[in-house]
Amino acid sequence: MSCSRRKFLKTTIAGAAAASVPLSALKFISPDEVRASVGDEKTRWVFLVDTQKCVGCGFCVKACKLENEVPYDVPVTRTWVERYVVTRDGQTHIDSPDGGREGYPTAKMNDEVIDPKEISKAFFVPKLCNQCQNPACVQVCPVGATYQTLDGVVLIDRKWCIGCGYCVMACPYGVRFFHPVHKVAEKCTFCYHRISQGLKTACVDACSFGARQIGNLKDPNDPVTRVIMNERVAVLKDEYGTKPQVFYIGLDKEVR
Amino acid sequence: MEELFVHGLEWTTKDLFCYPNEFIYWSIQIVMYPYMTGLVAGAFVLSSLYHVFGQEDLKDIARFSLVFSLALLPVAAMPLLMHLQQTLRAIEPLLTPHFTSAIAAFGIVFSSYALIVISEIWFVYREFIVAQVEALKDKPGAGNAVMRFLYRGMTMGAYDVSEKAIATDHRAVKILAAIGIPVACFLHGYAGFIFGSVKANALWMSPLMPVIFIMSAVVSGIALCMLTYIVIMEWKKFSTTLARGRGDQAVKVLGGVELDVIKKTSRYLLGFLIAAISLELLDLIFRGYTAMKSWDILRSVMYGKDFINIFVLQYGLGNLVPFTLLLLPKMTIRRMVVALCLVLYGVFMMRWNVVIGGQAFSLSFAGYMHYHLPIIPHNLETFKEGLFGALTVAVTPFLLFWGINKIIPCLNVPKID
Repeated sequence: MSCSRRKFLKTTIAGAAAASVPLSALKFISPDEVRASVGDEKTRWVFLVDTQKCVGCGFCVKACKLENEVPYDVPVTRTWVERYVVTRDGQTHIDSPDGGREGYPTAKMNDEVIDPKEISKAFFVPKLCNQCQNPACVQVCPVGATYQTLDGVVLIDRKWCIGCGYCVMACPYGVRFFHPVHKVAEKCTFCYHRISQGLKTACVDACSFGARQIGNLKDPNDPVTRVIMNERVAVLKDEYGTKPQVFYIGLDKEVR
Repeated sequence: MEELFVHGLEWTTKDLFCYPNEFIYWSIQIVMYPYMTGLVAGAFVLSSLYHVFGQEDLKDIARFSLVFSLALLPVAAMPLLMHLQQTLRAIEPLLTPHFTSAIAAFGIVFSSYALIVISEIWFVYREFIVAQVEALKDKPGAGNAVMRFLYRGMTMGAYDVSEKAIATDHRAVKILAAIGIPVACFLHGYAGFIFGSVKANALWMSPLMPVIFIMSAVVSGIALCMLTYIVIMEWKKFSTTLARGRGDQAVKVLGGVELDVIKKTSRYLLGFLIAAISLELLDLIFRGYTAMKSWDILRSVMYGKDFINIFVLQYGLGNLVPFTLLLLPKMTIRRMVVALCLVLYGVFMMRWNVVIGGQAFSLSFAGYMHYHLPIIPHNLETFKEGLFGALTVAVTPFLLFWGINKIIPCLNVPKID
């Protein structure tokens, strides 16, 4: 009697375990499909921002929202532009209303108008995901829904993200947020759907001033690579050890 | 048109410069999570003191706290489920655990801990369950039939209640309780690691965080168990008084035993409280002394915006006052109850100040964020992440306990064990 019960339990457990394996887990993926979905090692996508050229028009933010279907009227955004105004008394004023998507038509900052005569320097800084070499967000994702492609871009699987927000907390650059429609983690992907098809990102195409450029760091003849290799560039917050891959020309010490 | 809901926008206000995507993403439920986990661990550790180390004076409370820790157990995971944006995918950390993440192991640690608690309870109650099957055998009525069916299922076919089998049960209980202690501590200590390892957050990032979390968990766990012990003993005293009259010897004996046990346990409470406060102060002093880049903004949050929460409510009301109350001579039960409530409150405020305080400043170090707890919910989100969501979490263990106690009574069962 007890022996047959044991057998029954064994069979039940085995049956339940077998039934819990989803059929999709057994799907075979061809090597070509894998390569297409995770990029290849001959490319390392990097971004170059020339802060000297940015005028704060906000077209990049608009283009990004349209291209990537992030609702226009919500304050969250995949990319944004910050305005910095340093006054003669050494104070730094920073703002980025709605991510700068409407540009900066007034001199008003945080309900305060700064006297132009008091300004010692002022500039704009576009921000986007740094597609870090050592991404903190990928490290902390408990289900592996966010991952790094072989060509260096960090992506999110919207069908697998549980929405715990750990990655949002882990990013030192504050680029992540919850998508208002899909309710999962969201961030800049360097327009992976475009760059993997030979196009430029939406923000690069929208920038009339050449402040934003995308390139392949593994191609020595790429104009972006040449600038990164031959000129003086900086990255944001390198003290976190994330090895960010968005490079800046003319980065000021006040930039956060 | 579908409602566009930006998670965090509802309860966050920003001051000066914060990045556009920054909001208070981890809110009240993430305060509740380590708080409830700490209580689970504390309740289990207390029951183990009897089962493993044979502290006879804890015999009554051991059974209670074991069953209470089962009631608390689902509630430790409940805040996380309510917090997830995709609650239906909560099983995924078990299907595809990504072990570089501190959260990935939660499901595994949590379910192994649950298995330990459930099997320990099974061994403790097996004799009782078999007795129930026999007792309900000839009783009429559908209710009794259902209960008998339930108990029959719960025996899992093991009807042997010979002396030898019962001795084996007891040995199994002891082993399970012994394994349970480190697992309970791990379950909690690693909640601290989840926060301490977030390098982007200047307040959380500290190797002391897991240790601080374990210490304060033990403090809150002991405090809750002492409090429930007092409630049970007072109830016993009350019922004895009703049965035998006010001046009866038994009432005095109960009162004496109660105060004795509570005094003994309060020494452990004091020790852990000292350890917890020392570690927290060490962390604070170290941050001030080394004065890294983040210190300017941390200082303005700690000594400015959150001063009342941290120094008045947490350290003052939640630590210093109960500490003094516990050290003063001529301890009474009433004073002890006040001190224990304040200790529980102090630990809650510590969780609050870590979770909410850690998001009170921008990653840019140039702005602040304020959290406004949603009180009256107007959609699911503001219920889940609001006052009523938190209250649901706080009340659930007592409801569960009421239900579980119907099946396996743990209060006033003199016969078994």
